[in-house]
Amino acid sequence: MRLIAHHILACHAKGCTSNNFPLKFSDVESQNAEAEFSPDFLKGFYPKIEWNVLITTAKEKFIKFGEVSLPEEQPNLEDLDEETLKKIHHVLLEIDVITGKMSCPNCGHIYPIMSGIPNMLLAEHEIA
Amino acid sequence: MSRPELQAPPEIYYDDTVAKKYTQNSRNQEIQAQMTYRALELLALPAGRPSYILDIGCGSGLSGEILEEEGHVWTGVDISPSMLEVALEREVEGDLFLQDIGQGLGFRPGTFDGAIRFVHTLDSYRYERLMLPVFSISVLQWLFNAETSHPTSSPPHRLSRFFTTLYAALKNPSRAVLQFYPSSDSQITMCSTIARRAGFGGGVIVDYPNSKKARKVFLCLFVGTGSYSGSTIAEEVPRGLEGDGEEGDMDIDEEGEVKFEKRRERERKRPSEKKKALKIRDKEWILKKKELYRKRGKEDVPKDSKYTGRKRRVAF
Repeated sequence: MRLIAHHILACHAKGCTSNNFPLKFSDVESQNAEAEFSPDFLKGFYPKIEWNVLITTAKEKFIKFGEVSLPEEQPNLEDLDEETLKKIHHVLLEIDVITGKMSCPNCGHIYPIMSGIPNMLLAEHEIA
Repeated sequence: MSRPELQAPPEIYYDDTVAKKYTQNSRNQEIQAQMTYRALELLALPAGRPSYILDIGCGSGLSGEILEEEGHVWTGVDISPSMLEVALEREVEGDLFLQDIGQGLGFRPGTFDGAIRFVHTLDSYRYERLMLPVFSISVLQWLFNAETSHPTSSPPHRLSRFFTTLYAALKNPSRAVLQFYPSSDSQITMCSTIARRAGFGGGVIVDYPNSKKARKVFLCLFVGTGSYSGSTIAEEVPRGLEGDGEEGDMDIDEEGEVKFEKRRERERKRPSEKKKALKIRDKEWILKKKELYRKRGKEDVPKDSKYTGRKRRVAF
């Protein structure tokens, strides 16, 4: 699972409607992946990025992969240069989480990640 | 064989063997490819820009590969671990999730508007609506099965959770194209009613309605009424394809002449159906039939006697 997928995930257990994003990583093992750099796609996705979330997640867990020195403030879409885009690209699309856990900051539900695939199944009593 | 969704729930039906078989079957691959292209056509994504697409029931990523070829980035959701394992082996590019869509999708809900007006709405809305045009091939019919007796697993419940969360995860404006094999008209009605209740516009498209084999039902759902930024798509439900979906269904060659067909000659040669149906109806057969009728409770079944099914003498 790449960080872009983490960025669109929210807890969907019963009654968990606020403060359910971002899911918190723990016991993470990850590797570098390679993905094709597509500025058009990134620009399309750019407005959906929660900048703070992206920075904290990247800093907390994934600092060892390359230089993740994103600017503290989210640059405007018009001011994006290629270098920043490449950095964003690296963080979103080239960090691949293999195993680990994600927990909901609100209800504490734990979604395990196995061989790169998060298990999003809920138990019966958690279904909304 | 009966339809797979009637045999077992998807996470059990698509076990390791079936998942492998399914992926390697060249006919499956071909059909998947055809439907993926058709779904992409119905999605009518803005041209020349890669989109972020959600593939519901991505399985082993057959359709995902086509999306990659078309330059899109995709994310897949499936309930069968075996299928996802095959997808991993095939090293597909998209992110995969093990998820039961009947439980609802766990994606971040968004609020309004496309990328252009984002700056203006930043203060009033916390999230930009995620841009996830969606399509899904042959998945919905699985939702019609109640797997347990728990009230939350009744088909309408599952469908409505799915459509509600899907609606939330979609960007405005965008579309979702869902192809499925309904087993009755009431299933189509149920699907579209629940989808409409969840907020979707759009409707049902039937491709090749007159062909038994090639008939495909698509739910083409719209979020919002505006068109994609830049393009001016009239937001009306696209038309389904006509014909019977077989190649060469127009047997007119380039000069505009009708081709000579050998079919009628062949038909004449074939032994007639009646002759085939003639079987020897001996005493044993008659007794068996009568017994069967009695068992079914049919009235006035003649009694068995020594005359039953006896051979008549040759009469002139």
